[in-house]
Amino acid sequence: MTAIINELGVILYATLLYTPPLLFAALGSCFSEVSGVVNIGMEGMMTAGAFSGCVVAHFTGNPWIGFLCGGLAGALFGMLHALATVRLGADQTISGTAINFLAPGVAVMMAKALFNSTDTIPLMPAAKIPLLFKGAFDTTTVFGTFLKNVFTNYATTYLVFIAVIVVWFIFYKTRFGLRMRACGEHPQACETLGINVLRTRFLCVTISGFMAGLGGACVTMAITNQFRPISIVGQGFIAIAAVIFGKFRPQGAMLGCLLFGFCTGLKVVLGNSNIVSAQLISMIPYVVTVIVLILFVGKSHVPAANGKPFVKSK
Amino acid sequence: MDKKRTLIDVIADSRLIHTILSIIIGFLVGAIFLAVMKIPVGEAYGMLFKSIFSNTKNLSYCIVYGTPYIVVGLSVAFSFRTGVFNIGAEGQFVMGSLAACVVGILCGSLPKILLIPLCFLAAAVAGAIWGVIVGFLKNKWGINEVLSMIMFNWIAFYLSNFIADFPAIHNEGTAEATRTVSDNARTLLPAGLIEKFNLCPTANWGILVAVILTVVVYFVIEKTTLGYELKAVGFNKSAAEYGGISVNRSILTALAISGALAGLGGALQLLGMGGRISIFTSQEGFGFAGIVVALIGVSQPFGVLLAGLFYGALTYGGGKLNLVKAPTQVVDIIVGTVVFFIAISSIFGAIRYLKKSPQKGGSKS
Repeated sequence: MTAIINELGVILYATLLYTPPLLFAALGSCFSEVSGVVNIGMEGMMTAGAFSGCVVAHFTGNPWIGFLCGGLAGALFGMLHALATVRLGADQTISGTAINFLAPGVAVMMAKALFNSTDTIPLMPAAKIPLLFKGAFDTTTVFGTFLKNVFTNYATTYLVFIAVIVVWFIFYKTRFGLRMRACGEHPQACETLGINVLRTRFLCVTISGFMAGLGGACVTMAITNQFRPISIVGQGFIAIAAVIFGKFRPQGAMLGCLLFGFCTGLKVVLGNSNIVSAQLISMIPYVVTVIVLILFVGKSHVPAANGKPFVKSK
Repeated sequence: MDKKRTLIDVIADSRLIHTILSIIIGFLVGAIFLAVMKIPVGEAYGMLFKSIFSNTKNLSYCIVYGTPYIVVGLSVAFSFRTGVFNIGAEGQFVMGSLAACVVGILCGSLPKILLIPLCFLAAAVAGAIWGVIVGFLKNKWGINEVLSMIMFNWIAFYLSNFIADFPAIHNEGTAEATRTVSDNARTLLPAGLIEKFNLCPTANWGILVAVILTVVVYFVIEKTTLGYELKAVGFNKSAAEYGGISVNRSILTALAISGALAGLGGALQLLGMGGRISIFTSQEGFGFAGIVVALIGVSQPFGVLLAGLFYGALTYGGGKLNLVKAPTQVVDIIVGTVVFFIAISSIFGAIRYLKKSPQKGGSKS
């Protein structure tokens, strides 16, 4: 019994460990998609954040400056995407694909310039995102050990759930949130009401880059402690998938990311035992997602103007 | 249009010129990054071009590298033209090379004339199935195709790793890979020919298949009723439905063809270059390369043919950059910049306004 509770604790720990990168990015993606811009460049923006966060933390020794810079690097590429798609009327898929090549190229090239290697030097413990509630639980009892296993987690884990609440509030309780959602449904109507569609979308895409950058920084500053070219492999696309899964709502995206995080946690724990093939276990998150979609989610409402460039009428 | 077309108008309107300009800008941006890193630009680009054009061996390497990119590019281009975004080409490619590999090993005793077509057929069917599943999920339960394609890319990836581990096809040695497919399944050129023209050891006639497929895709899209229907659905679903075209069936057909093409790309890569499947830790990215190739080739089959060769050459030449201590990733920056400028190619159209007085422009068309 104790062993099962301990295992469960480890799985939940791993869930909370692997969810934040996806969830930060997914929250960002919500802004972009809901305002009407498809952002397929999440992967590249996450890579930019993963690299910058780690490098800035390495040189300053301060994890929070690093974390913020990770977000800013993502925002920079977000602005590039916004410039192309919102201001210059570019096809959103093409521009996003370009960013998925550009950002990792720049990141790895800079890693080579700074460290003479494609990998950065591992972060010192002080420069990593701190663990919270270390030693706060009584580990002599079974329950205490369980709590310690689950909740002694990186600060970003707690931050991301606060971010969900903030984003939910912005989406559904503020004027900006309402305007933003309207821009994704019927930009022409917004424009007649005096809402600046282009500015709103530009801002939303930039925010999506910023959040993706934060997500990337979570990977290199909490889960691992260095940037490698394979730090971000597919998380950006999984984040997009989680948003579609969650029907373009922040709270839905959270459930999607938790599902992926949980399956990844399951994979990490089960992967240590040799009962089932590790490859089949790795397949779980993706198969489960498809099954959950068939059984519970079904058709998702895509914002009506999603993917369509808005041309301001003269 | 009674006015004479000036050079400016030609530049502003021609997509070919936009693409060429984008490529030039891509190399310029790459040069800036190299210069910032204090790497001699001339030396790096010199190496890049030397390792592409210097002799028949290098040229043949570029073609061998480019072959699968062309066909995956065709797959994505076909999907763009028919209104689906095949971000799942990666998974279809993996399934195709897996099917070709399994058939190529298990049916190894068949003669070449039977085995190679069988491998291609298996790959096309596997890729098509992988595409059709996604279409089925969309038609039956309304599941967003981009989402399920991303999932099926990873399912294919792990499935390939899983099957490659089966004793029946796994390598006897320590390598984390399958056995090499039977020589009867390989599409390599005869050794004498390779020697005579000093080609690379993996020179194969896959490029012929790629060219044939290019022509076929062009013909299907531009000259057949099927292509017309698929394009109509891609252009406007409601109008196509009103015109009596079954939208659901069209989506399935488009995904099947697109998937089969990506699967064939996997077979071409496997039978021509690799010969076996390795167990990977992350996706190889052929599908994403295919998206880029389709975009550079502006979704026109013959454009894709050229873009695939361009991408193959850059990948091969880029691999040699470390010989002059230049990072290989400059190729990603070049490619990313090219695609970015293709995305915003409307800015090239803006040059006509630089010349004309803005208040009496008049000619918007």
